[in-house]
Amino acid sequence: MSQSAVDVPPKGGFSFDLCKRNDMLTQKGLKAPSFLKTGTTIVGLIFKDGVILGADTRATEGPIVADKNCEKIHYMAPNIYCCGAGTAADTEAVTDMVSSQLRLHRYQTGRDSRVITALTLLKKHLFSYQGHVSAALVLGGVDITGPHLHTIYPHGSTDTLPFATMGSGSLAAMSVFEAKYKEGLTRDEGIKLVAEAICSGIFNDLGSGSNVDICVITKGNKEYLRNYMEPNPRTYVSSKGYSFTKKTEVLLTKITPLLERVEITEVGEAMEE
Amino acid sequence: MTKQHANWSPYDNNGGTCVAIAGSDYCVIAADTRMSTGYSILSRDYSKIHKLADRAVLSSSGFQADVKALQKVLKSRHLIYQHQHNKQMSCPAMAQLLSNTLYFKRFFPYYAFNVLGGLDEEGKGCVFTYDAVGSYERVGYGAQGSGSTLIMPFLDNQLKSPSPLLLPKQDSNTPLSEAEAVDLVKTVFASATERDIYTGDRLEIMILKADGIKTELMDLRKD
Repeated sequence: MSQSAVDVPPKGGFSFDLCKRNDMLTQKGLKAPSFLKTGTTIVGLIFKDGVILGADTRATEGPIVADKNCEKIHYMAPNIYCCGAGTAADTEAVTDMVSSQLRLHRYQTGRDSRVITALTLLKKHLFSYQGHVSAALVLGGVDITGPHLHTIYPHGSTDTLPFATMGSGSLAAMSVFEAKYKEGLTRDEGIKLVAEAICSGIFNDLGSGSNVDICVITKGNKEYLRNYMEPNPRTYVSSKGYSFTKKTEVLLTKITPLLERVEITEVGEAMEE
Repeated sequence: MTKQHANWSPYDNNGGTCVAIAGSDYCVIAADTRMSTGYSILSRDYSKIHKLADRAVLSSSGFQADVKALQKVLKSRHLIYQHQHNKQMSCPAMAQLLSNTLYFKRFFPYYAFNVLGGLDEEGKGCVFTYDAVGSYERVGYGAQGSGSTLIMPFLDNQLKSPSPLLLPKQDSNTPLSEAEAVDLVKTVFASATERDIYTGDRLEIMILKADGIKTELMDLRKD
């Protein structure tokens, strides 16, 4: 086998070829499109029998609420779930991708997925993209080695913690955990604490809002409590309701039918060559 | 040595929404009471509505420090006016004064978005809307601030103001009754709060009539 004369880029990893071009375009005044960000509160904690994850349900685009009831607790494996904050598309894509890899791994090995496997796959991917995939995650699950809770930052660094918070409401939520978390909480105490931490984010952080989602994972069992709390109902509904004042203008009532389709049949013999 | 504070700005945006509707013999002025910066709430109970005269009420959003300074200027100018003329300023006079005050700082503007509501000399409701440097117009209804982009199209749809260019001049006041106008204001604020992160907590509604001012409060979403 002969050595190639030109330098071939190494396989794998991410190509930054277009970054220079994009910088040049922004300098010349090109506006990059904005992304749907989930300015979020997501939390997790370890309790007596497993892990509890929590999230709010607001997705924002600048100052506008783009989705009032979105799902931020993503499925990874039957025994592992993952909360996502950051660019909605990134958290969705990265969790879907890793969850698919985990399923293939389960088919091949015939064993349940482990949380560190998911953690390694996630951090490897995020690190290879050098922070450009903006996903900040709280990963939780119960596997053969017990309950695990991790946070993953967009650049690929990870933490292993008994209680964790992420997103724009992380400070509000962490203040609740720091004040009230203790080891060996019961299921009900754990859910109550997680809901309180999420509510703290919902009410004190403008990037977070609407409802509370909770996911409880124990050995061999999980409960996804979608909209566990709905603390923000609409405050005023008009008794009469509002409608459009004027009907749609009628421009034309005559219906012009399309021409009938004509079948063409060949008559006579084909021309000889 | 490199420049230290190249990115510092004297302005902040404290959010909030103001709406005013003029009727035949009343004027409704409303604003939420949330004051915020970035992703934080500074106060859930900060009134954006300021009574300037018996028949002129100003509601302003934007940068609250500038709003406060602006209110202070208008208050002192109004006091001088009262000493010189021995009467309260009318709403259209206050509207012109506000415009002049804003334009005086044309090249270092007050970062304030104002809606002035009140009753004119004939006792009819009047609303004036402004930009930050003093351009103003008398309208039948107006919305300013962070939720105005959500509210204004709804008001346009419901209240359809006549073009100011029409001849002879058409009355721009809304045909709604006072109760209907208050209901409309409550609805638009409840809706804007659903989708604008800078609007919320509480709604303050002032209803101006010839016999005085009424204030109503309503809760809004607190998230």
